[in-house]
Amino acid sequence: MSTSPLLEIKELRIAFGRSHHSAVAVNNVSLDLGVGEVVGLVGESGSGKSLTCRSVIRMMPSSGLMTATEINFDGRDIMSLSPAQLREHRAHNVGMIFQDPFSCLDPTKRIGEQIAETLRVNAGLASATAHDRALELLRSVNIDKPEQRYRAYPHELSGGMRQRVMIAIAVSAKPKLLVADEPTTALDVTTQAQILTLIKQLRAETGMSVLLVSHDFGVIAQVCDRVAVMYGGYVVEFGPVRDICTRPQHPYTRALLESIPSMESAGRHVRRAGILGQPPSLGDVVEGCPFASRCSFATPQCRSIEMTRRTVGEGHTSACPFVGDDLVSQGAGPIGRADSTEGDAS
Amino acid sequence: MSSPVADQPILVVQDVVKRFVLRRSAADWLRHRPGEIHTAVKGVSFEVARGEILGLAGGSGSGKTTLARMLIRLVEPDDGKILFRDTDVRAARGRGLREVRREIQMVFQDPYSSLNPRMRVGAAILEAGRVHHQPGAEDGDAFVTRMLDLVRLPASAATRRPQELSGGQRQRVAIARALAVGPSVLIADEAVSALDVSIQTQLLNLFLDLRDELGLSIIFVAHQLSVIAEVADRVAIMHEGAIKEIGSTADVFNDPQDDYTKTLIAAHPHPYPPAEGPSTVVSSSL
Repeated sequence: MSTSPLLEIKELRIAFGRSHHSAVAVNNVSLDLGVGEVVGLVGESGSGKSLTCRSVIRMMPSSGLMTATEINFDGRDIMSLSPAQLREHRAHNVGMIFQDPFSCLDPTKRIGEQIAETLRVNAGLASATAHDRALELLRSVNIDKPEQRYRAYPHELSGGMRQRVMIAIAVSAKPKLLVADEPTTALDVTTQAQILTLIKQLRAETGMSVLLVSHDFGVIAQVCDRVAVMYGGYVVEFGPVRDICTRPQHPYTRALLESIPSMESAGRHVRRAGILGQPPSLGDVVEGCPFASRCSFATPQCRSIEMTRRTVGEGHTSACPFVGDDLVSQGAGPIGRADSTEGDAS
Repeated sequence: MSSPVADQPILVVQDVVKRFVLRRSAADWLRHRPGEIHTAVKGVSFEVARGEILGLAGGSGSGKTTLARMLIRLVEPDDGKILFRDTDVRAARGRGLREVRREIQMVFQDPYSSLNPRMRVGAAILEAGRVHHQPGAEDGDAFVTRMLDLVRLPASAATRRPQELSGGQRQRVAIARALAVGPSVLIADEAVSALDVSIQTQLLNLFLDLRDELGLSIIFVAHQLSVIAEVADRVAIMHEGAIKEIGSTADVFNDPQDDYTKTLIAAHPHPYPPAEGPSTVVSSSL
């Protein structure tokens, strides 16, 4: 599916606490992202998805310790960059947008000038060129009357418009990768659809890759080629979106998909099973599979399994050794567990 | 329609209007120009039956929260009529208004800001029950246990403080406290919006259970259409201060009549990829 990888994360671990052992937020995460590919990270709050995407620019909270065997970005190992190289990497290779564009924009500066400033500093453009290019960027993120909007302050814009400005700044350096951390969570559905379309359009025009973080499987399914499902700091399943949505292999993915309310059951008062219990919180010591305590298929073995993903389909990996392919075909009924653990891995 | 009992509606809202005067700019103020008026709710009418769940959907700024707040006069309506049973809510004052506010309880999006962080869960629930002289509230522990049981929390939760609880548990406490005063209408204003899907499901089931067990009427305000689709008997779609469409949930979602409703439904992201599938990887042009 993917062409040559742009990004390869190998065995990423992010820990907090005094000895960096007490609270592991991201554990043994390995991911890859092809050139021009859109990969989603989906999971509930605290699953480690935001931290994982921040590892791409080595931006960690000061109390966090990030280790990885390797984070290869376009042939360079991010883990071994010097501070100057890292600055260069952040400025030119990766663009980032977040949930709340208002807190990322300077409230005292006109938005056009903020875009132009990025261009002057990062791309070294002269003022006049930066101005023209900023207008062009405003146009490219589908802001109408860019000449007028150039002079607007952030508070004068709607949430969707602000997110467009953030996107304009993020793509101003023509990055190879756009990291979008819950970019549409604060927006209305109609605006959300527009922003997602814009991201897809920019991807098609520029060929950049996108790493999209969201708690909403619906959003992920609309934009992504592949998706990594995170739970308790682990990537429990990774594969093509269509595969994962239609035949999820990990019990967590399946339970998550089944929890999502749908308009198709309008007025029928379907009571979804949901997932009982609470997700593990940071600092809980979890042996084996972090989902075991909430999983309806858990066995005593689950507390001691190694959380590594094995292949369950083409480009599709799952960290659960027990549950087989026959999940969705059986609908909401009980899932048959494969008798042999090896039977599923092929 | 599934369950609402076909008797007199418990709540009748007629042509309710709310206008806000926007803050004047300094220039306008100097020129003695009046502030601009924004009509947040433009003459909205609907009814809620006993034991019915009415969904109120719409984008941000559509007026749904303002409307919900007017029902218990947290926001004063400028015009129109609100009837709760036989009480004219707009004319109510003193004891009458207190009684309306006891009968119509509200649960908000962020339980953390509606619960006193220094008060143990049991004390918060009991206080609400005692203030409104609820039967059984003299016997503190039993009353608290009964309320916690209604929201499927163990009795041991009574000794906890809000910050020791997870988001979903906290929201249950907020619901238990609302139930402690014996309401007949519950307004859930984005009550599940901040929760993770797996927890959201549990809360939605709880609302359905409460309706069945207590015969509560619930006004369920949410921006997320699919949530409303699963929980509501009837749904009202709001846009720019007006109800664009109102009807049984199945009708509105399966056969929307209004253009705005159609746009809203079409924009809703679906977890299963559309027929044409996700766009294929574009070849590298770098």
